[in-house]
Order: sequence, then structure tokens, then C-alpha cells
Amino acid sequence: MGNKEKGKQSRRKFLQNIGVAGVGAISAPAILFTACSSSSDKKTKVLTPDNKLIEIDSENGLAIDTTDKSYLNKIGREGIPGKKFVMVIDLGKCRNERKCMKACQSEHQLKPEQHHLNVLEMENPSSGQTYFMPKLCQHCDNPPCVTVCPVDATFKRQDGIVLVDNERCIGCRFCIAACPYSARTFNWTEPRDSEEYKDITYNMELNVPQKKGTVTKCAFSADRIREGKLPYCNSACPNGVYYFGDANEDLVTNGTTKETVRLSKLLKQNSAYTLMPELGTQPSVYYLPARENS
Amino acid sequence: MENINEKFATIEKDLLAPVKWGKKSIIWMGFLMVTLVVCMFFYYQQIRNGLGVTGLNDFVSWGIYISNFVFFVAASLIGMLISSVLGLAGSKWIMPISRIAEIIAVSFAMVAGLIIISDMGRPDRLHHVFLHGRIQSPIIWDIAIVLTYVAVSVLLLYVPLIPDIALLSKKQNGLPRIQKWMYKILSLGWANHPNQYKLIKKYFKLLAVLIIPIALAIHTVTSWLFAMTLRAGWDSPIFGPYFVSGAFVAGCAAVTIGMYFFRTSYNLKSYITDYHFDKMGKLLVLVALVYVYFNINEIIVPAYKLKGGEAEHLKSMLFGHDALMFWLVQIGGLVLPFILLLFKKMRKPLPSLIISSVILLGAWFKRYLIVVPVQQHPYYPIQNVPDSFMHYTPTIAEIAITVASFVLFLIIATVLSKIFPIIPIWELKEEVKEQIQ
Ligand code: SF4
Ligand code: SF4
Repeated sequence: MGNKEKGKQSRRKFLQNIGVAGVGAISAPAILFTACSSSSDKKTKVLTPDNKLIEIDSENGLAIDTTDKSYLNKIGREGIPGKKFVMVIDLGKCRNERKCMKACQSEHQLKPEQHHLNVLEMENPSSGQTYFMPKLCQHCDNPPCVTVCPVDATFKRQDGIVLVDNERCIGCRFCIAACPYSARTFNWTEPRDSEEYKDITYNMELNVPQKKGTVTKCAFSADRIREGKLPYCNSACPNGVYYFGDANEDLVTNGTTKETVRLSKLLKQNSAYTLMPELGTQPSVYYLPARENS
Repeated sequence: MENINEKFATIEKDLLAPVKWGKKSIIWMGFLMVTLVVCMFFYYQQIRNGLGVTGLNDFVSWGIYISNFVFFVAASLIGMLISSVLGLAGSKWIMPISRIAEIIAVSFAMVAGLIIISDMGRPDRLHHVFLHGRIQSPIIWDIAIVLTYVAVSVLLLYVPLIPDIALLSKKQNGLPRIQKWMYKILSLGWANHPNQYKLIKKYFKLLAVLIIPIALAIHTVTSWLFAMTLRAGWDSPIFGPYFVSGAFVAGCAAVTIGMYFFRTSYNLKSYITDYHFDKMGKLLVLVALVYVYFNINEIIVPAYKLKGGEAEHLKSMLFGHDALMFWLVQIGGLVLPFILLLFKKMRKPLPSLIISSVILLGAWFKRYLIVVPVQQHPYYPIQNVPDSFMHYTPTIAEIAITVASFVLFLIIATVLSKIFPIIPIWELKEEVKEQIQ
């Protein structure tokens, strides 16, 4: 956390203030894109579900009671009002370091062969050059996985995130068949370390503990977003590949540099694209093409 | 009059004879039960350890359970074709085999529902389907329609059975008391009154009409489990009729096999004759022709264009990994039998049996080819997973659980054919009467 970081301080404060003001309206824990914080003595005011204004530690503070399952289920299904989360992946910067994959697998209690996020080696069909493409759930705005789910175990929230409720899922795997991006993975056997985690309250936004016989996939780190932080993969990347933010605000923040930029400008200047737009799934993940000179 | 009574007596004697639990049938049932128990042990393992005991993986996540389900639904369609479509069209020859067709339909349909459960990762959450069911999911449509189809085909089997059940209740001796008691209840106070016959015929007709759209729907909806996705190879608007036409082929083959089996082991050679096999053979030729037509459309049209994701899948099917199975199924399991059945000699009982068995086997693998290979070619490459994820090979446990579904089918079909006459006695009598007059 060096000099660059300091420059962002004032912006962070500014956002915090907005956050507190906005809290009254959304009556949920504040969600800010402060993204990073150098010290933990900063306090943020947030509104709890029972309408109490409390001060929390803005770095580690969780205004969420992670043991109250019905509350977790409620906020997990509702999402964060007024937001539309998007991710931008700059393929030109990916060096296949796979720190993102590791962070993801460790946070979501996944086995080595289970990927919420998979860095694929792709080939440019015209130039024959290879490049690396982190592929995750595209959080489609017209998600085929959600349409086919027979029990509403996979659903789309108002903030654009597609989540799985692994206490509802019946394990029919229709969503796996329906997802054209192969973004979903299944717990074919007892999940990793299930003994160890068995007493933890299920948090839909993190989708842990994993459960045998249910499907799991990328959650856009909904639990981290709720705390005002960037997704696990974004923060883990050393190369500045990932940007994450809110399309309504038109701002995205880079996970490595913490630099916040205009989404529309970023997409336009770098001729961003989405994966298989012809399928009409309307992904929330944008890719910036790998440039030959980068 | 003498003559007719004599004839009636032989009919009753011949057709009621198999309705009892002889030594042979008890041994057969025992064998089935033991096999079922062995197979269920593997299901217990699956429940305990998860679907990981199968060869399924994140890419091929639907395997032989689902293709077997499609096969069962397909084979169950035939009861509808034979007894309702042909029956309503006034074909007389189907009378002695209509009940066989219905029993096959009911048994396949009942087991199909169970196969779906065996494929679930969390069968303990089956009730979620009723608690949280969402109407836009084709699975919900499928469950609703399978249940409806089972219910209506049971009625379709039952209604024309009533006079025969009454006969059994009156005449058949040496049966367990509970069975007698069941006949009594099921015969609904049947008194052989002409009005009652009229009523039966009326209800039968009503059900026969009702079952046509339901049966078409059940297989169309099953095809939609695939066609409603965006996967190259499944994303096809003709999947509905393609599946339905394939179902008729599989079903006709199943009925021919059933006819042969009942004819020999229940001593019905003079009731199910060469004539019936000949007719069934011709019916098979007709439905196979329609199916070949749909196959040509389903394969040649995309193969001509070889667009995007479909190209890889088609190439591996036509010349690659799945080519051997594909050509065996298409040529050996469909085209060749079709050509053979054009010859009268091949429509005799034994050749019919052999050809039908090959067709049925081909039909099973055809379902496999529809379900599995598409998933081996997703749009994005399969990477960073164990090599076993590249292809799908069913495990012993998975095969055993699939075998269990066939065993269960045989159990249901055997029980039904052991407690009810396999040929409608009263309808046969009516026919004899008409002929004499
Ligand atoms: S990428 Fe796949 S899993 Fe994610 S929302 Fe789209 S269809 Fe669903
Ligand atoms: S596997 Fe679970 S999440 Fe996926 S469609 Fe079935 S019930 Fe829904």
C-alpha cells in the first residue's frame, strides 16, 4: 500500500460519506467501493436491519450477523438495491499467475478440480497467438441457468448477481446443462473439509459451506461486496487484470491498483466485448482484448 | 350356439391359464427380486457417497441416467400409438396385442419417474419440487406430464380390464385370498349388463382421445430438456417431433419383443399369430421411415453448415470419438433393420424378435448419443481438470442402477401380466361372436 494508495484517500472519504447518506434509503449495511484501507481506526456509520445506526470498523467491520441464517438468506436473495455490478477483465494483462483461482478456491472451499473461476489458455484463431482468459460466471442479465432451475435455487438478484442457494438445490444439474459458459461446478462427493465446516452457518453470498449433491459457482464475491470490498479474485491478482464496480455509477475499480475509472470509457477505449453475445445471455462480465504489443 | 359356447370356453381356458403363480413365474420373480436387491445396493452407495460414484463430471453432468430416462419415456409412448391411435382408426388386428402395448407403456412410464429421482444429487429434497416449483422450468413440466401420463395410461389399461377382472373374480380358483379380494374391488360390481359394456366403450374412447396429446406432450417436453438450452447440438427446433418419431420405433420394437415373449411362455400361439407379427413389422417399417427422415434432417442440415460450436460435436460424432457407436446405431440399429423388415420372411415371429431386439438396443444407444457427446464439446475448452473429465465412462454402480430400472420394469410388467389376462377376453369373445354371425 504505497503512494498510489494515499492519493485515493480523499476519494475514499467522499465515498464513505455518500455511503452513510445512502444508508438511510437502502436500509442495509453500507456498500462502498473504498476497496482498500490502510488503517483500521476509520469508522463508518451504517444502518442495521432493525434500523439502528451503528458505527463499525470500516476495514474489518461486519454489520452482518453471520450466524443468523434467516437474515443471511433474506439479504442473500434480495441483493443490494440500486446497484448493477459488473466486472471487466483485461486480457492483455493476464500472465496466468492463477492467484485469482487460488484465492477463489480457498474462500469457497473448493477442491482443486472445482472452478468458480478458471484461467483458460485460448488461441486467437487468426493470429494463432495464445492468451489467457479468466472465465467465471458471466452473471448474465438473461441467465439461462435461472430460467431452467425447477426450484428457484439459482436466481438473479436486483443488483445483477446470480446466486445459488445450496440448501434449496435438488441437484438436477439442469443449470449446468443450460449454462453455455460451463461456469458451474458440482459437488459430486463430500465437499472439501466438510467435517471441519459443518457447524458454520450457511452464507448464500459466499456459498459456503458447500454441500454434497448441490451445484456451486462464482458469486461475484457477494459477501465481500456487502462489506464494501472488491471480490477475492480481484484483490488477489498481482497484474491488474480485474476491474469491478457498479454500472449504475459507471465506475469500476481495479483490484490491484485500486484505481477507479469510468466504466463506459474503459469499455469504449479498449473495444471491450462480452463472451458469445449472439446467444443473448447478456453477460455482466466484459473482456478487454489481449493486445499484440502488451 | 353350441359352437360359440365351446369357443368361449376354450378362450377362457387358454387366456385365464397364465393368471396364476406357477413355479416358473415364482422363480422368474425371485430372480428379478434378487437382481434388484443387488442393484439397489449400488444405489445405497450413491446415496451415501454422492453422485461421485458415477462417471459423471462437471462437463458431462447428464449421463446414462438421463439417456435411460429418455429411452423409457420413448418406449412408453407406444401404448398410446397402438391402442389409441390405431384403435380409434378402427384397426381390428391390434385387439389381441393392445393390452400388451398398454402394460408395456404403463410399466415404462412408472419407472421413468423413478429414474429421474436416481439422477438427483439430493433426492432427499424431492419435496422442494412441490414447495418451490417454478413454472418456467421444463423439469416441472416434465414431472407434471409424466405423472399425468402414468395416471391416464393406468386408466386406459384398467377400464377395458373391468369385465375380465369380473370374470377372474368369478371363475379363477386357487389364487391367494388377497388377490381374489382385489379382483372383487376392482371389478366395481360388474354385472355383464349391455349398458355397462356401452359405458366402458365410451370411457375407453374418451381416454384414448385424451391420451394422444398427453403422450405427445410427454415426449416433446422431454426433448425440451435439451432443446431449451443453448448448447450446440441440442439447440434444435425439431427435437420434439424427432424424439416422438424415435419413440414410436423404440416402442414398436418393445411391443414386438413383448408379443414374442408372451406368446411362447403363456402358450398363446393361436391368439398372437404370424399375422400380428407381420402387421407389427409393417408398422415398424412405417415409423422407422419417418424416423429416418427426421434423422436426415437433424444431422445433414447442421453437417452441411458446420457452424461454430456444432462443427466440433458433429465431427466427433461422424468421424471422431463417438463415430463407431454412431454408425452402428444409425446403420445397424435403424437402416438395416428397416430394410430387412421390408421382406415378408423377416416379419415372421423369430426374425421379428431378433430385429426388434437390435432396434431396441440401437434405440437405447441412440439416446446416449443424443445426451452425452454434446456435453463433451462445450463452447469453452475443458482445462485445469483431471483427464477423466474429458470423456465420460459410466461406472459399474451407474450401470447397475440403470439395470435396476430394467429389472423394475420387468417386475411391473410380469406382475401385471400375471394377475390380469394379457389378451382382452371379452373383446375376443365379441369378435368371435361377430364372426359367427
Ligand atoms: S454464466 Fe452461466 S451460470 Fe453464470 S449466469 Fe450465465 S448462464 Fe448462469
Ligand atoms: S442443480 Fe440446483 S441450482 Fe441447478 S437447476 Fe437443479 S436445482 Fe437449480
